[in-house]
Amino acid sequence: MNALEIKDLHINIGDKPIVKGLTLTVRKGEVHAIMGPNGTGKSTLAKAIAGHPDYEITAGSVLLDGRNILEMDPDERARAGLFLAFQYPCEIPGVSIANFLRAAVQARLPEGEEIDATAYYKRLYSKMDALKIDRKFTSRSVNEGFSGGEKKRCEILQMAMLEPAYSVMDETDSGLDIDALKIVAEGVNALRGPKLGVLLITHYQRLLDYIVPDFVHVMWDGRIVKSGDKSLALELEAKGYDWVKELVEPATAAK
Amino acid sequence: MSSISESTEAVALPPEDTANPVTGIDQAVGDFTYDVKYNFDAGTGLNAGTIDYISAAKKEAEWIREFRHKALKTFESMPLPTHWATKDLENIDFQKIRYYLASGQKPKRTWEEVPDDIKKTFERLGIPEQERKFLAGVEAQFDSEAAYSNIKEAVQKQGVIFMNSTEALREHPEIFRKWFGKVIPTSDNKFSALNSAVFSGGSFIYVPPGIKVTHPLQAYFRINAENFGQFERTLIIVDEGSEVVYMEGCTAPKFTTSTLHSAVVELVALKNAKIQYITVQNWAPNVFNLVTKRGLAMEGAEIKWIDCNIGSRLTMKYPGVVLKGEGARGEVISIALANDGQHQDTGAKMVHAANNTTSTVISKSISVGEGRATYRGVVHIPKHLKGCKNNTECDALLINTTSRTDTYPAITVKGGDNFTQHEASVSKVSEEQIFYMQQRGLTEAEAMSLAVNGFVNDLVRQFPMEYSVELKRLIDLEMEGSVG
Repeated sequence: MNALEIKDLHINIGDKPIVKGLTLTVRKGEVHAIMGPNGTGKSTLAKAIAGHPDYEITAGSVLLDGRNILEMDPDERARAGLFLAFQYPCEIPGVSIANFLRAAVQARLPEGEEIDATAYYKRLYSKMDALKIDRKFTSRSVNEGFSGGEKKRCEILQMAMLEPAYSVMDETDSGLDIDALKIVAEGVNALRGPKLGVLLITHYQRLLDYIVPDFVHVMWDGRIVKSGDKSLALELEAKGYDWVKELVEPATAAK
Repeated sequence: MSSISESTEAVALPPEDTANPVTGIDQAVGDFTYDVKYNFDAGTGLNAGTIDYISAAKKEAEWIREFRHKALKTFESMPLPTHWATKDLENIDFQKIRYYLASGQKPKRTWEEVPDDIKKTFERLGIPEQERKFLAGVEAQFDSEAAYSNIKEAVQKQGVIFMNSTEALREHPEIFRKWFGKVIPTSDNKFSALNSAVFSGGSFIYVPPGIKVTHPLQAYFRINAENFGQFERTLIIVDEGSEVVYMEGCTAPKFTTSTLHSAVVELVALKNAKIQYITVQNWAPNVFNLVTKRGLAMEGAEIKWIDCNIGSRLTMKYPGVVLKGEGARGEVISIALANDGQHQDTGAKMVHAANNTTSTVISKSISVGEGRATYRGVVHIPKHLKGCKNNTECDALLINTTSRTDTYPAITVKGGDNFTQHEASVSKVSEEQIFYMQQRGLTEAEAMSLAVNGFVNDLVRQFPMEYSVELKRLIDLEMEGSVG
């Protein structure tokens, strides 16, 4: 199936269960948003899917186009088509964006095949132009001394260059002022299309004014407790997370 | 033959010698040896007879023979510097080493004339190709003597002399003798004394006044024989207002027994001259690499050492500049990578001896696995001087929890009108960085390599293009075994 399928996923940090049976299917061409209060397991979900070693998956499965990715190393998952836009992108001193992306593109080529440098730069510059990123950007070290907005744009540029099948975007709006948010949203919207499935993780509704999702899910205490279309985000905005709590409490009591 | 054949007990080498899991390009490409027939062999062990043999084989002048004998006495009288340096030095058995191995004393001027096995060696190392591509001259030393030596005609016509020191002592004794042992006296340290006793090969360069040599001159030092000691002696004199870039590369096959490389390199930059000396060495993990390098910078002159140390069992090397003339500048840029079972003990020595002299030291070390990197720096600015400046930066990167780094800076700056600045840092490649890069599709080893390359990137950029590409590849290879 052409989808990222998360089935009954349970994730621990140490001995502590964080995600407690989460099921969600993101098909190519769809944009799903997961909303929820802090500490509910949203970022844990994002990092665990990508294979971060600090997170232990105790049950469930994650299929990428039908392939179970949980046995794969993080880099294999990435090459299989999974992209994670980080909430806090890492600095890599001394490694320029151009060289970093070049290594990442090279890593996707078959063994023994060398990247065509001219074609690579041509593609890089065209993506940058499309995302309205200054070409001087490429010679800067990855994320080093970047503003919050620059970091997020750098993530979007990487996503554009690596052309993933599925992108998990972890709190892409955090730390952005409204202008930066618009620019980043524009970038994501430019990449939307039938070949890409997006899982957008956010705390606030405001991002969804700019990236309009096809589906909205509300996460609470490690589970999805309510799903709907984009209107759910507005309802949540109006009623607040206490409303969700009320939704959940009877369910918990029934167990 | 002065061979002394008394058999001493085999040296008990620590297990790391064979346990090293990481083989770099020196092993992959450089780890081969041909069974070359040597016409000259001073035998195993060191005594006055060894020196007479070397001197006779080279048909040297009497003063050189005497110089060697005196140096041997100095060597024998000096203790190993284990009061500050590693005790691993005690594992060198000077009586188990072969001090002179050569097929002949006259290098060939064309590759066609070089004996087959030796030619094949350098071809496998890519030397003739590099020469064609971007060098003004090449000196290729095989064990004790240069097998090949050539300088482009245009450069020779400018009056530039580039030959091995064996030839230079015969053909240009007047220039050679004037500076030989003046920058680094025999008694500077135990290993400079050893080199002074048994030196053979190495480069001699003289650039006449007002000449800028546009392409680099390169020497390549290859150890082929087991239990061998290579003791090249390099002397570079650049006359007033002239400039030269010299590069050296070194490799040896990986033997189970230890090999000794102990060179002495002396540079003299006369008024307003510039010397850039670039070393990329990638020794096999059985090599003791104990090298003394120093330059003398006269008024307005500039000496820059760019030094990259990969491989070896133990490297001790502290390139220095004596800033003798007003306004002289000295710079040491150093990259060291210590892998399992390796100790890179490197640094710099800046001796300010005139007003308004400037020195810069930038050192970056990477310790992988159980590798150990040590930085030792000496900066000396006496009280009577004015307007002197030193800037020292040393950064260490630790890859594994078992990796080790130490820093021993010794800065003596006196007088109120002088300025010094010292910065040091120790960092690690974080798990988050590795995860971030892996999420972009790089394997853990590729991610580690990229982080390490990033760490040294600002220094690597100062290498000539061909060398910086090679350096990146070497680092990639060294990092391959560091994870998992």
